[in-house]
Amino acid sequence: MATVEARSITKSFDGINAVDGINLLVKEGEFLVLLGPSGSGKSTLLRMIAGLEIPTAGDILIGDKIVTLLPPKARNIAMVFQSYALYPHLSVFKNIAFPLENMGLAKEATRKKVEQAALMFGIQRLLQRKPRQLSGGERQRVALARAVVREPVAFLLDEPLSNLDAQLRTSARDELQQFQRRLATTTVYVTHDQIEAMGLGDRIAVLNHGKLHQLGMPLEVYDDPADTFVATFIGSPPMNLIEQDRTIIGFRPEHFLPREVYGASSGATVFPFRVTRVEHLGSDRLVYGVLESPLPSAKVISRLPSTVALPIEKGRRYEFVVRAHDLKHFDPKSSLKISGGQNKL
Amino acid sequence: MRQGAVLQSDKQEQEAWLGRLMLAPAVIYIAALVGFPFLLAIYYSLSDATVGSQTLHFVGLRNFQRILENSTFWTSLRNALVFTFVSQLLVVILGKILAMALYKDFRGKWLVRFLILLPWVAPISLGSIGWLWIFDPIYSIINWTGRAIGLFGPTTWPIWLGQPNLAMASVIMVDVWRLLPLATVIILAGLCSIPQDIHDAAEVDGASFWRHLTYINIPLLMPIMLVALLFGVVFTFTDMIVIFVLTRGGPYDTTQVIASLAYFTGIQGGDLAEGAAISLFLFPLLVAAAVFLLTLAKRTEVT
Repeated sequence: MATVEARSITKSFDGINAVDGINLLVKEGEFLVLLGPSGSGKSTLLRMIAGLEIPTAGDILIGDKIVTLLPPKARNIAMVFQSYALYPHLSVFKNIAFPLENMGLAKEATRKKVEQAALMFGIQRLLQRKPRQLSGGERQRVALARAVVREPVAFLLDEPLSNLDAQLRTSARDELQQFQRRLATTTVYVTHDQIEAMGLGDRIAVLNHGKLHQLGMPLEVYDDPADTFVATFIGSPPMNLIEQDRTIIGFRPEHFLPREVYGASSGATVFPFRVTRVEHLGSDRLVYGVLESPLPSAKVISRLPSTVALPIEKGRRYEFVVRAHDLKHFDPKSSLKISGGQNKL
Repeated sequence: MRQGAVLQSDKQEQEAWLGRLMLAPAVIYIAALVGFPFLLAIYYSLSDATVGSQTLHFVGLRNFQRILENSTFWTSLRNALVFTFVSQLLVVILGKILAMALYKDFRGKWLVRFLILLPWVAPISLGSIGWLWIFDPIYSIINWTGRAIGLFGPTTWPIWLGQPNLAMASVIMVDVWRLLPLATVIILAGLCSIPQDIHDAAEVDGASFWRHLTYINIPLLMPIMLVALLFGVVFTFTDMIVIFVLTRGGPYDTTQVIASLAYFTGIQGGDLAEGAAISLFLFPLLVAAAVFLLTLAKRTEVT
C-alpha cells in the first residue's frame, strides 16, 4: 500500500499535450477514478503511473519515492487492461502464476498463492483452461486474480468493465469495489462511464483535453461542478445550461420540475416552458422543451420521477421552477463556477 | 410462378459458370505449369527416355533402383538436408532477431527495411553472380579486405568455393542472405499482430527480457515462424540456382543437392528418365515436411 502522486506531469505526442501539467495525489488505500471522454488523457496518465510511458515533464511518485524513469517492473504495481491482456497460450493457472515466477518465487509457494487468488475470485475450476475457453466475466476475474496475486502497492485499472455486457457490468462493479475495500490497496481506475465513476470512486478526477477539471467526492462533483465541462459531462441527461445577463445558469434536470411539485415554497425561480417531447423511461419521465420569453429560447430537459403523476402533454406550455440553491452560476468567458460561498475545490 | 422459378435457376446456373470462369486461370496455370510437368516426370521416370530418343520404352522401376545404388545420389540427399536445415535454422533465428529490431521505432528505419528487403527483390541468379565475384579465388573482396585489415596472415587465402568444407558454408551463407528478407517480413507481420497490451502486461508483471522473450514472445510467434520455416524449406530444398551459379555441385560433389543432380543428370547428361526419377525424390520429402510443420503450427496456434 502506498500513495501515488503525479507532480505537474505532462506528456506530449508530436507537440500535442495529451496530459498537460496534472497534479494529483492518490491517498493510501483510496479508490480514485480518472473520468473523462476519449482523448482526455486519462489512459496516458495511467500508463505513465504504470511506467509504460515516460512523461515529457513532471514526476511520478509511488510511496513518496520518485519513480518517473523506472521501468514498470521496478514499481511493484499491477495493472488490469481493457482487453484483459491474458496470455492466450498459457492456462489460467500459468497466467496468474506469471508475475510470481518473474519474482523467482518457489514452485510450491507459487501454487499456494495462485490457488488463494483463484479462490478469492471463484475461479478454482477454471485453472487448467485457456483464456479463449472463458467467458468475458471469467476473463475479467482471471485478470484481476493475476493483478492481486503479487500483492502490489497499487492497482491500476484501465476500463476493466467496458468489455462486459450491461447486466454483468453492474454485478462486476459491486464485486470490484468489495475486493478493493477488503484489500485496501490504493487503486487508480480509468473510465469514461460516469455511472462507474460515481458508483466506485472515493474521489473522482474529471479530465478533459489533458487537464484536470475537478477533483472531489462523487457527490461534490455532481452537486457542485467546478465548470461547465464537468456540469455537462457528469449526469444523464446533462445539466441544463442557459445564458442570461452575462452569466451561465445551470440546473440539473431532476431539479427542474413543475411548479405544483414544490407547492407554495418561496425562493424558487419560475421558467415558462413549452414541451416538445415526452419520453417514458419507466422510473422517470424525460420532458424535452424550450424556454419561452422573457428567457432566451434554449432547449432544456426535465426529469420527472414516476411518483409525480401530473399530466404533461406535448405542445403545451407549463410553468417549471428551480429552487434557488439548485441553481448554479458559471462565467461565460472562463466557464468556471462563480462561487456562491460553497466552493469546496 | 413457374416461370419465375425457371428464371431463378437460370440465374444460379449463370453464376455457377461465372464462378468456374473466374477460377479457370488459376486452375489452368497450376495444371499446365505444375500438374503436367509432374505427371510427365512420373511418366519419364518409368521409361528409358533420353534427350535424343524418339521412342520410349517402359522399364518399370529400373531407374529408381539405379539411383538408390548410386553413391552420388546419397551424397546429394545428405547435402540437400544439411544445406536446407542449417540455412533455415539460421534464417529463422536471424529473421526473429531482425524482426524484433525492425519492430522498434528508430531513425532511418525505412532505409534499414529497404536494405534488408533488397536481396528478396533482386533476381536470384543476379544475386548469386554477385556472390560469385565476392567469392572469386583471386579477387575475393573478403580475402583482400581480410588481408588489408590484418585478419588474414600472409599464408591465409581461403578459396571459398574451391575447398570442400568452405564451399558448403559459402552456399549456405548465400541462401541465408537470399531467404532472410522473406522470413523477416513474415515474422515481423506476426509480431505486429500481437496486441501491445500483451507486451505491456508482461512488462507490468515484471518479466525480464529473457522471460518476456521465451514465455510470451516466441510461443505466440511460433505458428507464424513455422510457416516462415516451411516456405524457406520448400524454397531451399527445391532450389538449384544458387548451387548452379556458385559451385555446380563441386568440389567433388560436396555441394551437390538433389535438385542440381537431377538437372545435371537429366538435362546436361541427357538421361531424362533418370533425371526425372531423381527429382521425384523431392516430392515425398517435401510433403512430409509440409505436413509436419503445418500440424505443428496448428497445435501451437492460439487465440
